[in-house]
Amino acid sequence: MSSLSGSERISISVQDVSVTYRTSFEKKPTLRETVKRLGRREKIVREIEALKGVSFDVEHGKVLGIVGANGAGKSTLVRTIAGILPPTSGRIEVDGRVSTLLALGVGFNRKLSGRENVVLGGLAAGLTRDHLASKYEDIVEFAELEDFMDMPMEAYSSGMYGRLGFSVAVNMDPDILLIDEALSVGDARFKRKSFEKMKELCTEDRTIVLVSHSMASIEELCDQTIWIHKGELRMEGEPDEVIDAYAEFLDVKKTSASTMEDV
Amino acid sequence: MSTTVEAPPGPENEFTARRHVYEPHKVGLPPIGPYMRELWRRREFAVELSRTNLRAQHFDTAFGQLWLILNPILLGFVYFLLVDILHHHKSANQFFAHLLSGLFLYYFLQQSLTQGVKSVVTGGKLILNSAFPRALLPLASVRTAFLRFMPTMLIYIPVHIITGRPVTWQLLWVPVIILVLVFLSTGLTMILAAGQVYFRDLDNFLPYVLRIWLYTTPILYYAREVPDRYRWVLDANPIGKLFTAWSDVLIEGVAPTYRGIALGAAWGIGLFIVGFLFFMSREREFAVRI
Repeated sequence: MSSLSGSERISISVQDVSVTYRTSFEKKPTLRETVKRLGRREKIVREIEALKGVSFDVEHGKVLGIVGANGAGKSTLVRTIAGILPPTSGRIEVDGRVSTLLALGVGFNRKLSGRENVVLGGLAAGLTRDHLASKYEDIVEFAELEDFMDMPMEAYSSGMYGRLGFSVAVNMDPDILLIDEALSVGDARFKRKSFEKMKELCTEDRTIVLVSHSMASIEELCDQTIWIHKGELRMEGEPDEVIDAYAEFLDVKKTSASTMEDV
Repeated sequence: MSTTVEAPPGPENEFTARRHVYEPHKVGLPPIGPYMRELWRRREFAVELSRTNLRAQHFDTAFGQLWLILNPILLGFVYFLLVDILHHHKSANQFFAHLLSGLFLYYFLQQSLTQGVKSVVTGGKLILNSAFPRALLPLASVRTAFLRFMPTMLIYIPVHIITGRPVTWQLLWVPVIILVLVFLSTGLTMILAAGQVYFRDLDNFLPYVLRIWLYTTPILYYAREVPDRYRWVLDANPIGKLFTAWSDVLIEGVAPTYRGIALGAAWGIGLFIVGFLFFMSREREFAVRI
């Protein structure tokens, strides 16, 4: 797809984006280790190409689903769109304010209460205090955590964690909502409720990017789906087509090799 | 859309309010104007973060505050005993005021650095989850340290009066000196907070450095007592001149030397600019490193 920068209808435009990490094998870099190693040059650095030349556009009011195996680069892609990770090459244009709900529960400090986390997260995301105060009741109500907001989040169950995270993300009036594997939490009723909320956002011309391993969620919610495989854009199209192809790919893998865990 | 912030004029980039453009930038600085605007726009986050930290330290209760003040006061007595036994100051009263005021000011710097050094690393989850100017994290630490410093200055006031220290117009230098130290602390905190990302054991070395720095600063002694062969230590110390001025103004009631104030301010502003620029040039790598 050609880049349509400047076009009114394009909400997210990802243009030939690559992301390369350099990681060393040390767990935590320390001064002590660096000094000890000074004489010998044995620092092993490995380059990981998390994304390789990925391009696609998403229009306003659309839901983009991203599928792919673990480690394919989905989370990296979402973080790059959120502006958290800079791309190594390429360009990303995002039209609107982004709200993120990345990898379950991230963004919360477990020692602080639910209330403190909501306020800190909201302010970090760039909301004003007034705006946050006016949204606070909605957030708590949607998450159904009225009795738990003043408890430290250590005491939360993982379902409660996920519910609060989702509630914060959707109630921040985002123009663009990025959700990374967050729908696996919550019971069936909450899942239904979150689906409804996302559909509501779409009718207001908000854009959603959804990373999920649940093919059913992708099929129900998404207008457009991409499949990321080993950092490359393997396929782009209608959800059912992409999901069929992806499911077929997974099955082939399953029968042909026993390395299902690694894909 | 209920946010009211309009995109500022100028080219689009990652810090503009509505349209964001992300491009590769491994080296160099982000555009400073928009960065600072965004920093200012989200200042409430730093305020809230520091407020939350203070609450965690029970700063909001009377006993919590008392405890925070008690610690530097007790240390003040310990050092006073130690130095007075070794030294037999003729005017113990005056020396006590000098020691206490110097320690209190130094604790502001120390608090700011020890809290700030881990600010980015412990903010990891927030950093991975949302895009905001990372400088807010160390800035929140400086604010926390400053709010803990203020009550100790109130404690100093009766000490100042009881020990008969002069109340003169020279005291107007006090806020100036504090301001310079705020700049200096901010710069250094930024450098350490960014450094901690690359060397995770930096905070282990920090207490030793801070201890040596305390001993090489004219707090446990007067600047004029420094023997000639150690003069260079005082001159090389970024806060040496500033603390000399602090004691001149508060204890002696005389104007600081212009050279001293100018040098102290140069260190303060210099470290502030260097620290800020260093932090900004590094901060986009944090998400990968944490």
